[in-house]
Amino acid sequence: MAVKDRVPMREQDPKVRIKNFDEVALGYTEEEAILEASRCLQCPNPTCVAGCPVHVRIPEFIKAITERKFEEAYKIITSTNSLPAVCGRVCPQEEQCEKNCILNRIGKPIAIGRLERFVADYALQNNIEEEVKPEKKNKKVAIIGSGPAGLTCAGDLLKMGYDVTIFEALHALGGVLTYGIPEFRLPKRIVEAEIERLKKLGAKVETNVVVGKTVTIDELMEEEGFEAVFIGTGAGLPRFMGIPGENLNGVYSANEFLTRINLMKAYKFPEYDTPIAVGKRVAVIGGGNVAMDAARSALRLEGVEEVIVVYRRSKEEMPARAEEIEHAIEEGIKFEFLANPIRINGTEDGWVKSMDVIRMKLGEPDSSGRRRPIEIPGSQFTMEVDTVIMALGTSPNRLIPSTTKDIQVQKWGGIITDEDGRTSRPGVFAGGDAVTGAATVILAMGAGKKAAKAIDEYLRSKGE
Amino acid sequence: MFKILEKRELAPSIKLFVIEAPLVAKKARPGQFVMLRIKEGGERIPLTIADYNSENGTVTIVFQEVGKTTRELGTLEAGDYIQDFVGPLGVPVEFPNHKKVLGIGGGLGIAPLYPKLKMLHQQGVEVVSIIGARTAELLILEEEIKAVSDRMYICTDDGSKGRHGFVTVVLKELLEQGEKFDEIIIIGPPILMKIGSEITKPYGIPTMVSLNPIMVDGTGMCGGCRVTVDGEIKFACVDGPAFDGHKVDFDELIKRLATYKEEEKISLERFNEVHECKLINKIEGVDKDAVK
Ligand SMILES: Cc1cc2nc3c(=O)[nH]c(=O)nc-3n(C[C@H](O)[C@H](O)[C@H](O)COP(=O)(O)OP(=O)(O)OC[C@H]3O[C@@H](n4cnc5c(N)ncnc54)[C@H](O)[C@@H]3O)c2cc1C
Ligand SMILES: Cc1cc2nc3c(=O)[nH]c(=O)nc-3n(C[C@H](O)[C@H](O)[C@H](O)COP(=O)(O)OP(=O)(O)OC[C@H]3O[C@@H](n4cnc5c(N)ncnc54)[C@H](O)[C@@H]3O)c2cc1C
Ligand code: SF4
Ligand code: FES
Repeated sequence: MAVKDRVPMREQDPKVRIKNFDEVALGYTEEEAILEASRCLQCPNPTCVAGCPVHVRIPEFIKAITERKFEEAYKIITSTNSLPAVCGRVCPQEEQCEKNCILNRIGKPIAIGRLERFVADYALQNNIEEEVKPEKKNKKVAIIGSGPAGLTCAGDLLKMGYDVTIFEALHALGGVLTYGIPEFRLPKRIVEAEIERLKKLGAKVETNVVVGKTVTIDELMEEEGFEAVFIGTGAGLPRFMGIPGENLNGVYSANEFLTRINLMKAYKFPEYDTPIAVGKRVAVIGGGNVAMDAARSALRLEGVEEVIVVYRRSKEEMPARAEEIEHAIEEGIKFEFLANPIRINGTEDGWVKSMDVIRMKLGEPDSSGRRRPIEIPGSQFTMEVDTVIMALGTSPNRLIPSTTKDIQVQKWGGIITDEDGRTSRPGVFAGGDAVTGAATVILAMGAGKKAAKAIDEYLRSKGE
Repeated sequence: MFKILEKRELAPSIKLFVIEAPLVAKKARPGQFVMLRIKEGGERIPLTIADYNSENGTVTIVFQEVGKTTRELGTLEAGDYIQDFVGPLGVPVEFPNHKKVLGIGGGLGIAPLYPKLKMLHQQGVEVVSIIGARTAELLILEEEIKAVSDRMYICTDDGSKGRHGFVTVVLKELLEQGEKFDEIIIIGPPILMKIGSEITKPYGIPTMVSLNPIMVDGTGMCGGCRVTVDGEIKFACVDGPAFDGHKVDFDELIKRLATYKEEEKISLERFNEVHECKLINKIEGVDKDAVK
């Protein structure tokens, strides 16, 4: 008889975990994974696969789990997904594979993400490696940016035998996986392990290179012998609201706040040198994953007593992953829905003292299909806070298009490409947030994958 | 890893390093800076490119030991390595069609002033310079600035060298005497740049300052370095660090620079403790680290 309810995953107790940055979700044991896998109906025409942007062969790897063939499961997954330990943890499965699972009709869908994570962790713990010995093609490809888009594109090209170099502006690889998503959701040793695998495949890595400043794409192609370039530089430029008081001390962009915490380990100050300044009451503005991560990180810092997420729409419209919203609530994060800041007030020496907020109501749906928030006149009130974190979204940096010949961009800065990631310039490809604006890990990976294929076609057609 | 090729002490607590960084050296232009991180666990700090040699692949930095990171940097010697060194960052400065420029450097600000004056001098522009420090001992790069200036004034707060008083005293005099400049460059502590810009404003002379807000990535990703210029938010690391001094909100910059005062103190105290222990141990001949 099939088990109806999904096997729950063990988690750190909320009371304990709000004092540490260790991973919240603890993953399945072998027995739990097998039990959950056994719920899968092994549909002949699996709808789940269509929901996965990189088309992981889901029923096949689940079947391998039920047979305890974890290594085989890993090989099935990695044949289409190069970062399974990451995806299993951060994909919004409820909108992708799990949303399409047939079991939704009678109960809870298969916990595909948790199973993928289990398999990937098993492989990392047991040092299982893919065996790929592709024929060397002796053609150089440059990957710019080491986020999920760049890493995936690099992985696929390496497996095809290309000579791949990854250029990264920061001192560490991983993009948002390293500087954005916190340790308690995505341990950095997982990201490092996935990157190590790429290095074993032969990836060359150059950190501390800001393309557009240190070198340009034109130089890489004309002087350094790179025959193709993939741009996976993300959408890292933070947005501010443009309201009075935004430059007071204690106002952070979520990017700065999270970079200090994740990349620079400011939560371990003074053991690490980078400081962070938070007060007792923290307001986080926004309702996406970034806002959840900033709020939950703030809560874990010494001296913080209360964290309030201020979001201009209601809970239903929040774009954050369902699991993370639940975790935030369990941890005691407060929410102020249908509210929008209009001014930040400061003390004499320039620190945040309070924030004026206005109530909103939802009007007609806008072009994105979401109901537009409208201010309710005269409804403003003041919140006493001493730290404000702006998680309003980010946009692509214009550095590369502005320093590279013939790369066309959208008005808002996104690089224009065709379906397969070709930019307006032959030999230059792009994908991920740099093209779409802030989106998801798996979409960035999917774009990296498509571009790798297009790069291969391009280089083959160019011939010797 | 980036090798320190040469180390010079310019003044007590002010040091110059020549660093092997061919990629940075090849692209560097006056007005640009680097971000560096000494080692794993260290913080990223911005330092101006004080000079560069694209042929030798070297970049010169000059820094003042004001806190934990710069003090630790000062303990490194020629032959040691710096873990991360990224650049050149920021917008290079340009002076098309200038005939006569006044450059003012206060304290450590003389170092970032130098590459700009050097470029102007090479372009055949008439350069007048005013450099100043608290006391004679702290005055740096005097010879270098002199070599690229047609006329140079020196000021010290205590009168131990050159004119007695702030650099702004000479600035005022020159302007009152009716001397004309196409541009005035002022680099130094924010308060000097603020007062200097206020002095030049009534004369309508374009005034360039180089801002030094707190930075994290230095590539436009965090907004930690934001400043208000002409009522708009700018990121100093990508839009600057050079801006029109008549449009900068200096009071805000000064307040924002104090954000981590407490933490900076803790960090420095901790470093001093550890560092002094090591020194004492070394003096007594029992370097515990070495024994381990
Ligand atoms: C806090 C946070 C939480 C998130 N949570 C989730 C989640 O739970 N699930 C999910 O699916 N998505 C999540 N996302 C979104 C997801 O992380 C991004 O969509 C994804 O990382 C985009 O990948 P990318 O490879 O396009 O770019 P990025 O990950 O942004 O990587 C770009 C890389 O390029 C480098 N770079 C930029 N410019 C240059 C240059 N000129 N030269 C060299 N290198 C350069 C950057 O330093 C960076 O390392 C989150 C994002 C954030 C910020
Ligand atoms: C674009 C740019 C270029 C710079 N170029 C140079 C340079 O060529 N040489 C040089 O010596 N310094 C330069 N600075 C300043 C330098 O970055 C700081 O002195 C350094 O970060 C201090 O680090 P610390 O850990 O030693 O001291 P901290 O512990 O950070 O601070 C110690 C003391 O220094 C003050 N301080 C902190 N940050 C700054 C800052 N950004 N500017 C001035 N004072 C600060 C603090 O208020 C505190 O009192 C530059 C800054 C910028 C933004
Ligand atoms: S749709 Fe659901 S039940 Fe069917 S194969 Fe996919 S995971 Fe299994
Ligand atoms: S230092 Fe981060 S944006 Fe300038």
